[in-house]
Amino acid sequence: MEKIPVLRMGPLLLITIQVDMHDKLALQLQDDVTHRITEHGSTGVLIDISSLEIVDSFIGRMLANIAAMSRVLGADTVVVGMQPAVAITLVELGMSLPGVRTALSVEAGMELLLGTVAEDANGTDNERSEA
Amino acid sequence: MNVLKRETQPLKNSSDVVLARQKVRQWAIELHFSLVDQTKLVTAASELARNALDHGQGGAMSVEVVSNGSKNGLRLIFEDQGPGIPDIGLALKDGYTSGSGMGLGLGGSKRLVNEFDIQSEVGRGTTVTVIRWK
Repeated sequence: MEKIPVLRMGPLLLITIQVDMHDKLALQLQDDVTHRITEHGSTGVLIDISSLEIVDSFIGRMLANIAAMSRVLGADTVVVGMQPAVAITLVELGMSLPGVRTALSVEAGMELLLGTVAEDANGTDNERSEA
Repeated sequence: MNVLKRETQPLKNSSDVVLARQKVRQWAIELHFSLVDQTKLVTAASELARNALDHGQGGAMSVEVVSNGSKNGLRLIFEDQGPGIPDIGLALKDGYTSGSGMGLGLGGSKRLVNEFDIQSEVGRGTTVTVIRWK
């Protein structure tokens, strides 16, 4: 069965979603991420969706679920790389991904996560740490 | 309204939802929809196909290229023989859900298209028709 790889990079988990998501794959990913967080004590989860051509309410809910589950397990989640057309559609659909932090690129997301980890989550949500 | 081209995609499992999305994308590209319009159509198709599958116990999607004389558009028809929707007004409200979703499927997809029609009969099934004009 196909599977979305979850890569470990130091304190972070990196997930690049490149396939057209169907439901089972999404549920499996939630399962994998939560297990990997507890296994490695990861403090951040970076989800790259730059290859996704659409995000519907199902995938949006999955992203929100992963963020919520990770938070409960002590890890922050940042979703990166959303295509502009996807962002426009998502907001019109009525879903602005509340509770999910976003950044434009993998680099920016990583800075956000590592910065947050270092500064102990002191409201750095929309700022990039000075590199 | 003239139908210039028509194809049907069954919706029996979640892989069919992926196929339905791909078909709508392909046809939207053929009609030269902008990337944003393509994305809106494919997203609406994804929501409605999943509705037909999850709430309507499966069904089928028809994709049609239609013309009203002055312009062409893409019409999508989602049919299921599920339990039907007792209160359509309620089902169209954002936040209303009968399942585990976010309740954005129907109301949300309505905002992504130019025309939206829903017919439902309890015990018989539901048909949702949407059009996006070029």
